[in-house]
Amino acid sequence: MTRAWKVFWTLVIAVPVVVLTAWGLQDNARLFVVTFLNGLTLASLYFIVASGFTLVFGLMRNVNLAHGSLYLLGGYLGFFTAQFSGSWLLALAAGFAAAALVGLAMQVSIFRFMPGQDLRQTMVTIGLSIVIADILMWAIGAQVHQMSPPPWLDGPIRNLPVIRAYSTYRFSLLPIGIVIGVALWLFLNRTRVGMMIRAGVDDRAMLAAAGVNVNLVFATTFAIGAGLAGLGGVIGAVELSMVPGEDTRLLLASLIVVIVGGMGSVVGAAIGAAIFGLAETYGLAYAPTYSVVFTFVILVLVLAFRPRGILGRPA
Amino acid sequence: MSAANWRRAMNVQNPRPAARNSPAPAREARVRRFTFENPVRARHVIVLAFLLAYPWFATPFFTYQIGAQTLALGLIALSLTFLGGYGGMISLAQMTVAGIAGYMVAIFGAAATDGVTLGWPWWLAVLLGIVIATLAATFIGWLSVRTEGIYTIMITLAIGVAFYYLVLQNYTVFNGFQGEQKVFPPTFAGLYWRDATPFYYLTLFWALAGYLFVVYLVRTPFGIALQGIRDNPRRMHALGFNVTAHRVAAYAVAGTIAAVGGVLFTWYNGLVTPGSVGTHWLINILIIAVLGGMRHPVGPFLGAIVFVLLQTFAIDVIDRERFNLVIGLVFLVIVLFSRDGLLGWWTALSARLSTQRGAATWKAARGRLYAR
Repeated sequence: MTRAWKVFWTLVIAVPVVVLTAWGLQDNARLFVVTFLNGLTLASLYFIVASGFTLVFGLMRNVNLAHGSLYLLGGYLGFFTAQFSGSWLLALAAGFAAAALVGLAMQVSIFRFMPGQDLRQTMVTIGLSIVIADILMWAIGAQVHQMSPPPWLDGPIRNLPVIRAYSTYRFSLLPIGIVIGVALWLFLNRTRVGMMIRAGVDDRAMLAAAGVNVNLVFATTFAIGAGLAGLGGVIGAVELSMVPGEDTRLLLASLIVVIVGGMGSVVGAAIGAAIFGLAETYGLAYAPTYSVVFTFVILVLVLAFRPRGILGRPA
Repeated sequence: MSAANWRRAMNVQNPRPAARNSPAPAREARVRRFTFENPVRARHVIVLAFLLAYPWFATPFFTYQIGAQTLALGLIALSLTFLGGYGGMISLAQMTVAGIAGYMVAIFGAAATDGVTLGWPWWLAVLLGIVIATLAATFIGWLSVRTEGIYTIMITLAIGVAFYYLVLQNYTVFNGFQGEQKVFPPTFAGLYWRDATPFYYLTLFWALAGYLFVVYLVRTPFGIALQGIRDNPRRMHALGFNVTAHRVAAYAVAGTIAAVGGVLFTWYNGLVTPGSVGTHWLINILIIAVLGGMRHPVGPFLGAIVFVLLQTFAIDVIDRERFNLVIGLVFLVIVLFSRDGLLGWWTALSARLSTQRGAATWKAARGRLYAR
């Protein structure tokens, strides 16, 4: 793309955004800013879940459509852990561990035996998602489970400019998302295992030839990716509540986030999550009936101009 | 380019490169002549006679709930088989296309809701429904063929779920959660087509039409080129085929099949709601297609029989609520242990029974790719 086109597209995207922002601020500044914060915090949750999805895909070309079920599993486990122990941090750990273990079991017992068969693996994850969702519904029931936030994050932050008050827990999602994002980036870019994972993304066969136990790397990645879904589940159990059907919603969110951001890229997942979270929240605030249409239009536009997503690379 | 030319250009002996374990060339030539010159076998006649006679010995419940539902669902799944088995594109949005057709029939034609339906004649509503659904399918195809293989499944799933949320949240056109109720087939030529036997024959007619259409289409130059694109898009591109156009056209054709199936399925249910285009049903269509097998257009109908029987009679064996668990496990077993669903097992079994060499086919039928 030439420089002139870049400037043109930047203008095409930036001008309406700036105009709409100015209009929103002038019309009802409080609503606009609250929506902005809501969008960013929701994006943070989406990022946590979708980063696991994109991590697994990037390395293994495995589209884990059971990712939403792992989210639900982690959320339920976290809910019950919090109920018994009263500790939110313990619940986080339990949610992560439970989903990671299930993910590990999936990789070790099934996906290891069908390497390179993308489509078949995807079919298996679809089957697993149906089975897991139904077992969860059987065991736990269809009623809504809502976790209460930990005491030190309960209640609103007061005395803020423009918006006056905002939920502490909701706001804390933002730093949590950033911390997880940075940790993931450091893990992938600064550690030995991360280096192996990145090498595996580029060329699996070469990595194996270099003497690395690829199966171990795959299992680790799958466990981390699944664990992130479980972690997101515990965080989302407070913010969104757990109920059968949430798995599909978060799966859809993960799909759109990684399609928009580019498959296999953690930074892309962050960008995609920000765009999707903001679009969904602004849509719900300003045009409730058609909020999903905004999301869809964004998906269409990105696919039309960048078929592999904003930061995507050829497979 | 004709099929023969294409095969020569591709330097393959068999139109299905997957059949690597095929018998010696001499035998193969004989088999091919047989299938091309005399495609009607005894089993075709038997199955057709059974299908035609079915309502005369089955109860109305079996005719309507089992027979008609199987055929309508099979027709929708057939569109996925055509796309996936012959085009190599697994689209999860086929139920969305079917649902769009159903919604359009309800909106343009008659439904129980006031204000949402226009009350136009049924034939116009059906025609519009199928045309609009085909256009929607073409659009979905245009969007998703920009991506390849595994991306397609994700994008079509995203589109399908987006449509689900649209009809769920929109009350002005799609009547939200309630959906469109009482969408019934018309009274035409002195018959009320909602009655079990007429409706069965209606679905049977369209299912057969769809089946024969696919059987015919995959042998036309277009169908052969499509299979070439499935097997090696780069080669086909280098040969001068417009890969994208073929793929989008495949989506359009599959969309029409799915739309007809969607109208029938909507009439069968008598309603179309967000639930009928939800993730659950998007995936059910995939389950039906994969269960039956994607290498032949008869697969989806086989899958639909198993699916409908399980759905109807699982209630007697286990709790009604646990149907998902059963169908999920059945799906997992099929995906894990067969290369091509029930058809894969059938092919392998018949090969094993008829020849010495069959053991190799049996072995190949397990744990390989069933569709690319």
